[in-house]
Amino acid sequence: MHPTCLNFPAQARAALENETLRFSLGTMKTGFRRNRATAAGALPEFEALRDAAAAVRAHVLDHLDACLDAFEAKVIAQGGHVHWCRDAAEARETVLALCQAAGARTVTKSKSMIAEEIALNDHLQAHGVRPVETDLGEYIIQLREEPPSHIIAPAIHLRKEHVADSFRAAHAHLPAGRPLDTPPQLLAEARAVLRDAFLNADVGITGANMLIAETGSVVIVTNEGNADLTRLLPATHIVLASIEKVVPTLDDAMTVLRVLARSATGQDMSVYTSLASGPRPADDPDGPSAFHVVLIDNGRSALLGSASRDILRCIRCAACLNHCPVYGVLGGHAYGWVYPGPMGSVLTPALLGLENAPRLPDACTMCGRCAEVCSVRIPLPALLRTAREAAWSRALVPPGKRLALTGWHLAARHPSVYALGARLGARALRELARRPALRALASRLHRDRAPAVLPVPEGDTFRARWAQRLRASPSLHRSPPGGPHA
Amino acid sequence: MNESPPGPLVGVFVTCLVDLVRPTVALATVRLLEQAGCRVFVPGRQTCCGQGAFNAGARADAQALARQVITQFADVDHVVVPSGSCAAMIRVHYPELLADDPEWADRARALAARTWELTAFLTDVLNWDAVDSRFDETVTYHDSCSGRRELGIVDQPRRLLARVEGLTLREIAPEPAQECCGFGGTFSTTFPEVSQRLAHDKLADVLATGATTLLGADLGCLVTLAAAAQRQNAPVRVRHVAEVLAGLTDGPAVGEISPAPGP
Repeated sequence: MHPTCLNFPAQARAALENETLRFSLGTMKTGFRRNRATAAGALPEFEALRDAAAAVRAHVLDHLDACLDAFEAKVIAQGGHVHWCRDAAEARETVLALCQAAGARTVTKSKSMIAEEIALNDHLQAHGVRPVETDLGEYIIQLREEPPSHIIAPAIHLRKEHVADSFRAAHAHLPAGRPLDTPPQLLAEARAVLRDAFLNADVGITGANMLIAETGSVVIVTNEGNADLTRLLPATHIVLASIEKVVPTLDDAMTVLRVLARSATGQDMSVYTSLASGPRPADDPDGPSAFHVVLIDNGRSALLGSASRDILRCIRCAACLNHCPVYGVLGGHAYGWVYPGPMGSVLTPALLGLENAPRLPDACTMCGRCAEVCSVRIPLPALLRTAREAAWSRALVPPGKRLALTGWHLAARHPSVYALGARLGARALRELARRPALRALASRLHRDRAPAVLPVPEGDTFRARWAQRLRASPSLHRSPPGGPHA
Repeated sequence: MNESPPGPLVGVFVTCLVDLVRPTVALATVRLLEQAGCRVFVPGRQTCCGQGAFNAGARADAQALARQVITQFADVDHVVVPSGSCAAMIRVHYPELLADDPEWADRARALAARTWELTAFLTDVLNWDAVDSRFDETVTYHDSCSGRRELGIVDQPRRLLARVEGLTLREIAPEPAQECCGFGGTFSTTFPEVSQRLAHDKLADVLATGATTLLGADLGCLVTLAAAAQRQNAPVRVRHVAEVLAGLTDGPAVGEISPAPGP
């Protein structure tokens, strides 16, 4: 999809006015947070597992080249193919060429964030290949031509009435009067429609939760089983994976899996955890005869050498989104691209360029909850601050904000100026608080909007009152009385 | 009777927001420290801890302000701050901010090690809870994010509040209690509508407790939540925990205009 991150402030305001979104996000927060807390609380070694998973992911980043080479060699040895793609365009062309070589007209897809990142569906569609999303949430937003609003719950912003409307519009061959009022009715219809797609697809495209270097396997996790029908029924299975998805061993993959679902949905494990390890052996009647892994860099190698490299540890559990207060009131679309919430506010500017998403690192109150729940202990607030430092040094901060902060910092370094400014400021704020008309005028003069809060000072500043007290009682300490070791 | 040995020399870092908006908090801090037997010193030229600069990405400004604070508080045994986020700035972030500065790294670490949020200092360092105050209200308590996550402050203010006569504490539900109030420093001016929504949601959790007074230890949060309460005419007043502990609750609550002009 075309990024609209530059419009984040306006998109954020629009999101706040969306009552449906408000309802959905309220439910989302409550459920995901409760479930994660329960799952984490039920496993005594959960915190140690997070450490272990973080260590696995950090090790991968230190040895990414070796892990990927080993993975490639194993896949080839098992009869599969590996395609290295530098960027989104190369990845799109590679996948299209593979689909065309397979004579594909319909491809089924299971959920893949990297496919969203490279905007694969539009490209396939434009070249006569029909992609059908098979994850229920992805299927719904594909019908609605919307981007995902959450990395594991892409249709979290919708209610069942929206889904019913979309199904009636898309499934015109079904009786118009059929009931579509309950989730089971909607699910049954999606299941029937998707079953046709599964059986008729020429190619199946999946993402990858992990790539295992030791075994040349691709780990795919779903709750719906759609990835298995996607990868096993067509003759060709194409796996899309960004390069950092690799882990060294099967044991490492199990460590990550043990924190992944618990952090994401609060499940001990997702319902389906599948390992795909190449095309089917000659004596196996089931499975694809061709197995392709498309490894996509798209900015990761550069990111590996940057101050933001720790974001590449991310395993896409979405715990940071689920616990972020800002995501919790905005949802994903406001962020303007594929990855929302804290991990997205780090990753998006890193991949698209900070100049194309300069406000995303600011979309954070620094409350620290994301770091508290991150399954692989990424220091997200610190990474967001690093991005803000880059924005400050590259003059990507709005001029008004920069001027105000620079003035404040300058005053703060000159205590006499500061003291005078604070007294005048306290007086001005009090006048504003006392005079509603003046306050209204001030907010009109403030071109965009009044700040959220104009504090109401009690009276004069503390320093002025303290100075009076010192004058009145000379016995009080003007300076450290004799120092600490007197 | 022998004179007891002099208490520790404590420098109060007032914080810019307390200085500007709510001097009572600093006066309450001084009173509590004196009650706890400390010798109190308030450096007169202190300004801002640099947290705003640090979080805005203005690293050089933050470093300059950090050096200024380190110098101003070089001669005290402890630095006490009536704010979790400013205390965390000094305690957690100064050492990392100046880690590569050979001249200042040790001094930053040394200051960090003796800097405390007020309620943590009274309980954890002094093991003092001889609170002498009365507050006949049902209160609830907002744990600010920095205090909770960066300094681990949850029990300390509650231990002290338990000693206030007449006070009843009703807690916010456990999950909402962990949610940010929406202030976030410059976040509140960068995204005012988002900030207000978060404050509004937080206030709903506060009101659900039935408390008539909301207490906390970070004035940024308190100003934000007081403004949210006033926008909605919500029946809750807001005060800093130090005011209640020190018995300085005769004046207007946070965000209220005093009837008489200040001195």
